[in-house]
Amino acid sequence: MLYAILCYHDEDVVESWTKEEDDAVLAKRHKVQQALVDEGRMGPSIRLVPTTAATTIRASGNEQIVIDGPFAETKEQLLGFYIVDCRNLEEVIDFAKRMKEGESCTFEIRPIRIFNTGELPEKVEVAG
Amino acid sequence: MNDVAWIEKALTAARPQAMAALLRYFRDLDRAEEAFQEACLRAMKTWPEKGPPRDPAAWLIFVGRNAALDAVRREARNTQLPSDDVLSDLDDAEAGMAERLDDAHYRDDILRLMFICCHPDLPATQQIALALRIVSGLSVREIASAFLANEKAVEQRITRAKRRVADASIPYATPSPAERAERLGAVAAMIYLVFNEGYSASGGEAHIKTQLCDEAIRLARLLLRLFPTEPEIMGLLALMLLNHARTPARLDDDGQIVLLEDQDRSLWNSNFIAEGIALVDKAMRHREPGPYQIQAAIAALHAHAKTAAETDWREIELLYRMLERLQPSPVVTLNRAVAVFKAQGAAPALELVEPLEERLSNYFYFHGLRGALLQELGRDKDARISFDKAISLARTPAEASHIRQHIDRLAGDGAKRQEAG
Repeated sequence: MLYAILCYHDEDVVESWTKEEDDAVLAKRHKVQQALVDEGRMGPSIRLVPTTAATTIRASGNEQIVIDGPFAETKEQLLGFYIVDCRNLEEVIDFAKRMKEGESCTFEIRPIRIFNTGELPEKVEVAG
Repeated sequence: MNDVAWIEKALTAARPQAMAALLRYFRDLDRAEEAFQEACLRAMKTWPEKGPPRDPAAWLIFVGRNAALDAVRREARNTQLPSDDVLSDLDDAEAGMAERLDDAHYRDDILRLMFICCHPDLPATQQIALALRIVSGLSVREIASAFLANEKAVEQRITRAKRRVADASIPYATPSPAERAERLGAVAAMIYLVFNEGYSASGGEAHIKTQLCDEAIRLARLLLRLFPTEPEIMGLLALMLLNHARTPARLDDDGQIVLLEDQDRSLWNSNFIAEGIALVDKAMRHREPGPYQIQAAIAALHAHAKTAAETDWREIELLYRMLERLQPSPVVTLNRAVAVFKAQGAAPALELVEPLEERLSNYFYFHGLRGALLQELGRDKDARISFDKAISLARTPAEASHIRQHIDRLAGDGAKRQEAG
């Protein structure tokens, strides 16, 4: 069963981490992921650029309008997500709990209905 | 990250909102600061046990306000202290509090707070010091070390700024849309001042002060979250992110300046670049170009180039032309001259540079660029004079030693030419 693990946190807090703090969090999560990676059950990990860079397309009557940012003032923002292959909810909960250890983020687990691997470059080219 | 580290980050993140609201209640910077400090102390005690509240800013405002009201009553020796249970059941109170603190309030509060710090009567150094103290919550010691001033001087600077703010009548009413636009501009400029102080220190040993750059970026993100449709705020944030992305490559191991064209681009922060480019793209859709957006677009062109040789100098030159029209200044023309130099050669660039001499005679970069152009044209003696002038105007050891390298190269080239001749 494929699951998406969505990571929510206060963007203000996460964006104020130093590079060392950020690296430490990622390194800790990587360790937990390793077992699934070894078994070929760890899908893509995606980190999103902060919501200030977001654009929203909404219907307005018969028109589509393009607006800046998500306007909803929520305390937590979607920061990124993981795709994993787990046997059942128990396993994915256990996995997410171990990734979350020591962190104040929130993980939301959502089973995936349709999945296409698609094609993307191995590494994201931002300066190219 | 452990609890305490997270709480500290959360307190820092909530600070502008909480301070801004407390200032609205008490209309006194010192009182608001004390209230916020007290609320933070209580948060450090309560949050590890009960877990963080749903809305840290609302919690801090509520607790801070009550604590300060207590203090006011105590000072007035007015009747007895309110009982503890006023504060004990925060969970319920917090939800109601959060609802009442709607976004519109937050926006105006924070804008007012920042605007007070960049009050036009205050000199730039006081604006920065006050903003770092009040909005960012840096300690006097941290600010002193950032400015390489002693703590006493910084303390005085802040006290003086506060007195000036108290004397000037700052309107507490909600700003009109026109006033808001004006304030937003002033606040953006203040944030950019903080960034520039960190990006290119005005003096002292350290050429880059990362902490100030990080803080300016944090404040700009906050502002953009509050005003998500302002293209110039997008531009400001993008500009700072794209510039700051280069920080790891700007100095070598010996602390010497590495020019943009010589920097190891693999050291650039790719997260900042991705965010910066995304923001520039977004801002451009608004078709309301402004100085920050154009400067950010120039920085984005540098970021797009995989090597220095791939830089699109023609496009950069066009953007500087646009910037010159919007914001004419000899420094902008000087920067355009660099682009002209890269795209068309030293001779037309020198033509642009020469008329600026009168106005930029005390500007380090003017003499540095003029020297480099003269050197390129083989006028070594004139180049040497310009480089000497530049050294005498250098503000940090890194700047001085950078020019010295030019002079060494000049000497080397001269020797080579003599050998060849």
